[in-house]
Amino acid sequence: MNFDFSDDAKALREQARRFLDERATTKVARTQMAADSPYDTMLWTQVVELGWTAARVPEAMGGLGLGGDEACVLAEEIGRSLAPVPFMSTLLATEALVLVGTEEQQTRWLGGFAEGALIGCVGWGEGDAASPARAGAKVTGDRITGIKVPVPDLMAADVALVSAQGPDGVQLYVIDLSDPGVTREAADTIDLVRRHGRLTLTNAPCAPLGTPDTYHEWLDRAAILTSFEALGTASAAMAMAIGYAKERTAFGQKIGRYQGVKHKCADMYIKLELARAHALHGAWAMQDGAAELRQAAAAARVASLDALAYCAEENLQIHGGTGFTWDSDCQFYYRRNRAIVAALGSKTWWSDRLVRALERRNALAA
Amino acid sequence: MDFNDTPQEAEYRTKVRAWIDANIGEFRDVPDTMDRADFVARSKRWQTKKYEAGFTGITWPKAFGGQGLGPMNQIVFNQEESRFHAPTELFSIGLGMCIPTVFSHGSQALIDRYVAKALSGEEVWCQLFSEPVAGSDLAGIRTKAVKDGDDWVIDGQKVWTTNAHLSDFGIIVCRTDPSKPKHKGLTMFIVDMHAPGVEARPLKQMSGGSDFNEVFFTGVRVADSHRVGAEGDGWKVALTTLMNERLAVGGKPRHAPGYATLLDMAKRVQRDDGAAIEAADVRQRIAATYIADEGIKLTQMRALSALSKGEMPGPESSIAKVVVAKTMQDMAAFALDLSESGGFVTGAETDPDVARLQGSYLWSAGLRIAGGTDEILRNIIAERVLGLPGDLRPDKDLPFNAAA
Ligand SMILES: Cc1cc2nc3c(=O)[nH]c(=O)nc-3n(C[C@H](O)[C@H](O)[C@H](O)COP(=O)(O)OP(=O)(O)OC[C@H]3O[C@@H](n4cnc5c(N)ncnc54)[C@H](O)[C@@H]3O)c2cc1C
Repeated sequence: MNFDFSDDAKALREQARRFLDERATTKVARTQMAADSPYDTMLWTQVVELGWTAARVPEAMGGLGLGGDEACVLAEEIGRSLAPVPFMSTLLATEALVLVGTEEQQTRWLGGFAEGALIGCVGWGEGDAASPARAGAKVTGDRITGIKVPVPDLMAADVALVSAQGPDGVQLYVIDLSDPGVTREAADTIDLVRRHGRLTLTNAPCAPLGTPDTYHEWLDRAAILTSFEALGTASAAMAMAIGYAKERTAFGQKIGRYQGVKHKCADMYIKLELARAHALHGAWAMQDGAAELRQAAAAARVASLDALAYCAEENLQIHGGTGFTWDSDCQFYYRRNRAIVAALGSKTWWSDRLVRALERRNALAA
Repeated sequence: MDFNDTPQEAEYRTKVRAWIDANIGEFRDVPDTMDRADFVARSKRWQTKKYEAGFTGITWPKAFGGQGLGPMNQIVFNQEESRFHAPTELFSIGLGMCIPTVFSHGSQALIDRYVAKALSGEEVWCQLFSEPVAGSDLAGIRTKAVKDGDDWVIDGQKVWTTNAHLSDFGIIVCRTDPSKPKHKGLTMFIVDMHAPGVEARPLKQMSGGSDFNEVFFTGVRVADSHRVGAEGDGWKVALTTLMNERLAVGGKPRHAPGYATLLDMAKRVQRDDGAAIEAADVRQRIAATYIADEGIKLTQMRALSALSKGEMPGPESSIAKVVVAKTMQDMAAFALDLSESGGFVTGAETDPDVARLQGSYLWSAGLRIAGGTDEILRNIIAERVLGLPGDLRPDKDLPFNAAA
């Protein structure tokens, strides 16, 4: 049994953490809130130089051809640091293109991702549709019409992968954002650091990426990667809470001595470790192409959203009045929590998907 | 990453499986009726078989009568054994907690006298720690041991002692110096449960059974040779026992109902608006139960991976019991909600699944307390893993007999 990341992945995690600890502090996130640019371009250049956008790109396309484990640890560290760069968006787009892109699609986009010349994003939400399995956007022939909102990093991106209703069902389509019929504008969201946009497609050119089945497989992979991101963000919120609980005095003692505070911290840890176990299971299933992929992905998603919401909310609570001020960093985690939910769908939707996977497995076993 | 056995583990598994398949016989299932005496005899028969085949004390050093193998061997054995209903509970405290304490802190003479007979199932052990006044705050115990020549004389009362009425020996922590602060005046002994002055009275548990006892000690003589560890070192020795306890009572009890039971049940049950499995609240609950049950299993896999590489498991293993016990309670309550008459009616007519859930609901209440309450375990996680400051303990440095 070896239920742990490889030594290489762990080394990459350490390297990423050191770099981001220094370069992507919460000050950087705060600066981004007021910035004109949709992301921190200087930081992005460094991230690209470190090879992170090339990690999952096959060597033949100019990438490093690394495994899913490496993508998972990078997602976690990006989540921990809140680095305002379109890394997760580009990674999720990379994952879809690597999984099912035609050679032409891969050649067109992946090399550009690897060298940082191009940025990708993905969009499934349409304002009202709460289910990633449905889409109002429609494809007729090689044209697509519809609205996608909120799309993370849309204003930074060159290409968008969007879900839409095609002849065989809902699946992903590739949209070159420079094509005619494509308009985009910034969309205001709760998360003030990670920018989102509204994508309006009016008879815009599009190309299918895989099939409805592979769309769902991509959702599984995306759920696992964003679970690691969520774990990172949740861990940072927990660390912040613990730090404050050790420092702040009330009624003549550190607030961390009060069980009302201490037990919240213990519960953060419990939820985080449960989520980490499921996320690791997901990373294994992704790497192994295991039959448990759907179930592992949904469980990782549900457990990590649970941990993130709890850590983000209770971190602010533990900070008291200061936590509620604009100047406190608590808001970053509190707000990012909602961005990570919006990125791929709610805990409710993924719980339902988990139970469906369990039902299917039980039926097979019977 | 992989979940496969290493070649050595696979080889051991094959050997264990072949032995269990050839020997499981009468232990394949639980008999329909079984009284106390049958249970003890049956448990001893299975333990003796394992002992003779070299499947006891798997991780213990050979010098103490163990097999000198790694923790993974023990885990493989447990996995294979749990495919059936072989009775192991009677020995879990003795072999999981008491005897490791004896060979970590006891004299060679004690090891020679007691370890093999515990391993072979001939002698049953109990852990005499908690008292009416002190459970979580174990260092507050009052049962005293007073030196008299080469003996100690023990007077006092222990309580909630699992299997005391079935035990031959126990490890008992006593106060030997009340003028010292509470943690400093304690000493550990081995006591013969059949000695004059020892009286174990089974206590009926709220769940119905009587596994635990109150145990009275009146002028019980214990030879100084039966001291485990130095005089005044009882707290340190007790910590060894408790550390082993946390390892022993981590996971979900074997064969306890989990998310799969809830799933099956939800498929069968009809609510006003259709099958329960279709309802969002039911699906949420199945998912939550899966996250907890399976999350602990996967967390244990992480620990096993570390052990398998010869490393120490990380601190995440400390979340197991606090998650398992409460999940068991919540899941059972929810499943009973779904059942006929709210799963309230008991008796011969009750569906066997529902009866199991009723049992689980009642037993989980004890599990949340035994071996460290939910609250104490959260304190431990917060203080030892996360480094938060400890609770204030006003009595910690006072002489025991001066504290309120
Ligand atoms: C099924 C079962 C089997 C058992 N078997 C054995 C056995 O074999 N041998 C043995 O020695 N004992 C045994 N016990 C006893 C068990 O170890 C104690 O019951 C347990 O440690 C709690 O102690 P207590 O009952 O004195 O409760 P208390 O310590 O009085 O606790 C009462 C309540 O106060 C809370 N509390 C106490 N201290 C704190 C604190 N610092 N912070 C927050 N909350 C606190 C507790 O969490 C609990 O909710 C068994 C108990 C059960 C239920």
